[in-house]
Amino acid sequence: MWPDFDSPELWQIIGLSLRVSLSATGIAAIVGLPLGAALAVWRFPGRAALVLGANALLGLPPVVVGLALYLLLSHSGPIGFLGLLFTPGAMIVAQAVLALPIVTALAHRAAADLWREYGDALMDLGASKCRALPVLIGMGRLPMMTAVLAGFGRTISEVGAILIVGGNIAGYTRTMTTAIALETTKGDLPLALGLGLILIGLSILVSAAAFSLAGRSDK
Amino acid sequence: MPRRLMIALSLLAMLPAPQPAIAAEAQSIVLASTTSVDNSGLLAAILPVFTRETGIGVRVLAQGTGQALDTARRGDADLVLVHDPEAEQKFIDDGNGVNRRQIAWNDFIVVGPTADPARIKGGADAVAAFRAIAEARAAFVSRGDRSGTNALELRLWKAAGIDPKSGAGSWYRDIGGGMGEALNSAAGMPAYTLSDRGTWLSFKNKAPLTVVVEGDNRLVNRYDVIELNPQKHANANLAPAHRLADWLVSPEAQEAIGAVVVGGQQLFHPSAASPK
Repeated sequence: MWPDFDSPELWQIIGLSLRVSLSATGIAAIVGLPLGAALAVWRFPGRAALVLGANALLGLPPVVVGLALYLLLSHSGPIGFLGLLFTPGAMIVAQAVLALPIVTALAHRAAADLWREYGDALMDLGASKCRALPVLIGMGRLPMMTAVLAGFGRTISEVGAILIVGGNIAGYTRTMTTAIALETTKGDLPLALGLGLILIGLSILVSAAAFSLAGRSDK
Repeated sequence: MPRRLMIALSLLAMLPAPQPAIAAEAQSIVLASTTSVDNSGLLAAILPVFTRETGIGVRVLAQGTGQALDTARRGDADLVLVHDPEAEQKFIDDGNGVNRRQIAWNDFIVVGPTADPARIKGGADAVAAFRAIAEARAAFVSRGDRSGTNALELRLWKAAGIDPKSGAGSWYRDIGGGMGEALNSAAGMPAYTLSDRGTWLSFKNKAPLTVVVEGDNRLVNRYDVIELNPQKHANANLAPAHRLADWLVSPEAQEAIGAVVVGGQQLFHPSAASPK
């Protein structure tokens, strides 16, 4: 059931899974946390539509994102000249697109509650709305962390999008999830399950590391 | 925290790529191929030799024949290795491919439940077997994915004078998946299905399936390498792709193809010298 832990291929697959998913989550966090907080702080026409959009896209189907990106990145598509198709870069873009609405919607939820409670006080203290964004993200660090981890959960477990834009190329774009799908099609169900358990273990490790990071900086 | 978290995350996002296993190669090409040559272990067994000799890395996309040809048609692959003579001919006639060469053959087999509800076990006539399956309304799994295997299956139904779609929703089960998925489904139901021998031999979840029909001339499975037409695909990596195509028909590669064995059985018969 367990893969050969001495094989460099296994570690390369694990490394690529983490690199792609953490990069995608990082991009989604850098864009999504401030965006979610900004949607809580500023009132402008179309704000409600943006919030609704972020929430609606929580269920964005990975296979559709993969297909749309494939058509864009294909050599016969509009940005095919970038040469991103069937590379880890394309996989990071696909997963960032999937994680962004999750991080944004959850960050908005947390920031909106805080803003309702402390917004007046913050403004009385003379903060500008711009300055309030990092304060809100800092005050809500645990729900913000949950938002980021929810995004990470989406990316590390996702297979539909990266299979299409990455191509599951051995030694290059094969990740844990695409390897599990492949071993299942080869009929090696025990190995597929073993890889699945390792993937769940990785996910737990990343969550634990994130929360310990959040907890430590509480002081 | 968020600042520290953001810094940590942005650093991660900017991490240089860890050296992928094949990054050391001077150049690389994308080979659009079929699941049957990849999942069976053939390409993994022979391509490292080519890469060692030439420094050219080969990135293999394992797709069905229809999808592999589409990928190349869109300009997203540099070489194709597939097994559907009719679809290949169309690809070439449309001006996408040139210089088709056969590199190997093996055969298709009909596999099915050991209980054999259609009573076709031991036969060598695939068309008669298909007719018997339809008459018994025994469960049959179709790939339904425009792969080479799927194309042959549809030709066999046609030869048997049966429209399998009439059994959709009952005995004819179009799963829209690869060979492995079809075998997994057939094993689970259980049902009959058409498989290439390479995937079957290396498949690890066979129970309760067994080979029921083999040896029909119509079940010969030819694998061809096709280069891309430079007039239509000038952007493709044509020179290294041509080297791989040449290498695949070379005596050295042919010998390597013949040497791939799973469970004591030879997976593919090299046939560049005398195409079947």
